[in-house]
Amino acid sequence: MSKDNHQYLVEVNNLTFSRGSRTIYDDINLRIPQGKITAVMGPSGIGKTTLLRLIGGQLKPDSGDIIFAGESIPNLPRKDLYETRKKMSMLFQSGALFTDISVFDNVAFALREHTHLSESVIATLVHLKLEAVGLRGAAQLMPSELSGGMARRAALARAIALDPELIMYDEPFAGQDPISMGVLVKLIKALNAALNLTSIVVTHDVSEVLDIADYVYILANQKIIGEGSADEIKHSSSPLVQQFLQGNADGPVPFHFPANDLTQDLVG
Amino acid sequence: MTTRKTELMVGLFVILTIAATLLLAINVANKGLASDDQTYTLYAKFDNIGGLQPRSAVRVGGVTIGRVDRIYLDPEDFTPVVVLQISSQYNTFPDTTSVAILTSGLLGEQYVGLQPGFAFDDPYILANGDYIEDTKSALVLEDLIGQFLFSRDSE
Amino acid sequence: MIQKIIDIGHNTLNTIATFGRAFLMLVGALCAAPKIKNVRLTIQQIYVVGVQSLLIIIVSGLFIGMVMALQGYTILVNYGAEGSLGPMVALSLLRELGPVVTALLFAGRAGSALTAEIGLMKATEQLSSLEMMAVDPLRRVVAPRFWAGLIAMPMLALIFSAVGILGGHLVGVDWLGVDAGSYWSIMQATVEWDKDVVNGIIKSIVFAFVVTWIAIFKGYDAIPTSEGISQATTQTVVYSSLTVLGLDFVLTALMFGIN
Repeated sequence: MSKDNHQYLVEVNNLTFSRGSRTIYDDINLRIPQGKITAVMGPSGIGKTTLLRLIGGQLKPDSGDIIFAGESIPNLPRKDLYETRKKMSMLFQSGALFTDISVFDNVAFALREHTHLSESVIATLVHLKLEAVGLRGAAQLMPSELSGGMARRAALARAIALDPELIMYDEPFAGQDPISMGVLVKLIKALNAALNLTSIVVTHDVSEVLDIADYVYILANQKIIGEGSADEIKHSSSPLVQQFLQGNADGPVPFHFPANDLTQDLVG
Repeated sequence: MTTRKTELMVGLFVILTIAATLLLAINVANKGLASDDQTYTLYAKFDNIGGLQPRSAVRVGGVTIGRVDRIYLDPEDFTPVVVLQISSQYNTFPDTTSVAILTSGLLGEQYVGLQPGFAFDDPYILANGDYIEDTKSALVLEDLIGQFLFSRDSE
Repeated sequence: MIQKIIDIGHNTLNTIATFGRAFLMLVGALCAAPKIKNVRLTIQQIYVVGVQSLLIIIVSGLFIGMVMALQGYTILVNYGAEGSLGPMVALSLLRELGPVVTALLFAGRAGSALTAEIGLMKATEQLSSLEMMAVDPLRRVVAPRFWAGLIAMPMLALIFSAVGILGGHLVGVDWLGVDAGSYWSIMQATVEWDKDVVNGIIKSIVFAFVVTWIAIFKGYDAIPTSEGISQATTQTVVYSSLTVLGLDFVLTALMFGIN
């Protein structure tokens, strides 16, 4: 392996992806450094989640390549893709806990599927993971009995069950109250340090993520409009980046969805 | 654990299905006779078979002892031949046995009725492939009415 | 005019694409080496689609048998042929009503539930999440449910027919006074195992395949929104019912139509 691969766990090269006639990404490049927290920010609806699905191999790019730990994800045969996925995990926006089994069984799920550990070892591991997210007491609850923030923490415990190399967080802070948000921010940082993980956090919650991110990409208009460390981004001179950070309604990122001229439409 | 309860219920489900199948096999379809390969074949020629169908019952005094296997037309003399499949446990009919096509009830199904003949000393016993000579055809309502009218005319 | 032809072409292509996706889903789900773990999952699903449908199947079977006996008796008694009540009830149940009504009830009771469950699993990203955990949802979620439907429905159909015949006995013999001996014996003389019972079971297996396939595919292919899932659930019931009735005619013609 070259030195590059040690530095970067995920490399996205010249990626183009479109859905129907709508282009989501136009020739973008990203590098996710090993062992760091990388934030990908951008306005809602520009397909940040799509990026995570592309890295996870659930979607195939139109052109370009995605390298994860030295393997080209879009070109992997199905079996190898599933093998590679054991090294990554994803925290979905909704948590995506399996609603028909308890929190304990949710966390144990991947262990039971992919390992031949005995039930007592699995129980120990599950309790450790749940302890890490502070939910050991909730092990026997059903997912429907958890609050939104707890469900997301339980999903986090499930995501780290197999000790992956990469965790992708899809909008981890969306719809959380300030306390849950604080807990999650702390957890993401702590887990990253403790388990030597690489994290990708996709979000539009600027202030929270700038506190913990080592490196930041900002996506808009199918392109990367800014990148750098958190400080560099805060002091970026790009009007696009500043509009996003300040939350101005209109600016380089237009308020209006592309449409015909209003007067033309009204007059007909 | 819930899985034990689930497995128990599925087990009961399977048992219930087996019970239903047994009911259908024994009480409804009477698989005992139908699947019993121990049968032998007799032939009978009739002038008219009326509405007799393959699978109709063959009875002696009301007891079902076999089934009509198939019906075909003798290509030489153009008379219908009925192939009877008789259970092997009834294999001692003498050759004087007569056979008739009868109807159960006024509009019921037609079946083949066997009338065992008298067994004089050392009679020939009907065996597999034999023809029953003494046959009585089905009653056809139209013929019956025709005869009735004809006999009235001649009075 | 040209727009209409374009529409026809568009719809045709869409339909073919849908069939293609449904076929691929089935192949992906069934072309997997069976594992011990999956057998347990299948048993779990037999419980959900089979055991939990038992009550409605037994109650419906009982009442349909009773109604048929009542209706049949009032007609047959005019001709003095009430002895034929047994074969009438048994043949209609075994050949037609058992497989068909079971399939329709199954589509409403279990098929719609399957669609909604899988559709919601898709909407709440549980299917995606399985995929990201390196577990193929086709093998983990779709395959056990498919096998469970395929196994459970013929079992339900057999129970339906048996209960219906007992229901017919209840009304015909115990209430209306048809002779018990003739109820059973004429039935036995008329019903044949290979032709009637086995053909009914074959019908039921075909219906099970179709209904379960439609139900699972509609869930798997649903648009992951509230409207999408409610639409998919409705379509499951409508499409499976129509397919069952259409196929029933074809199968009946093949099995009983030509001597």
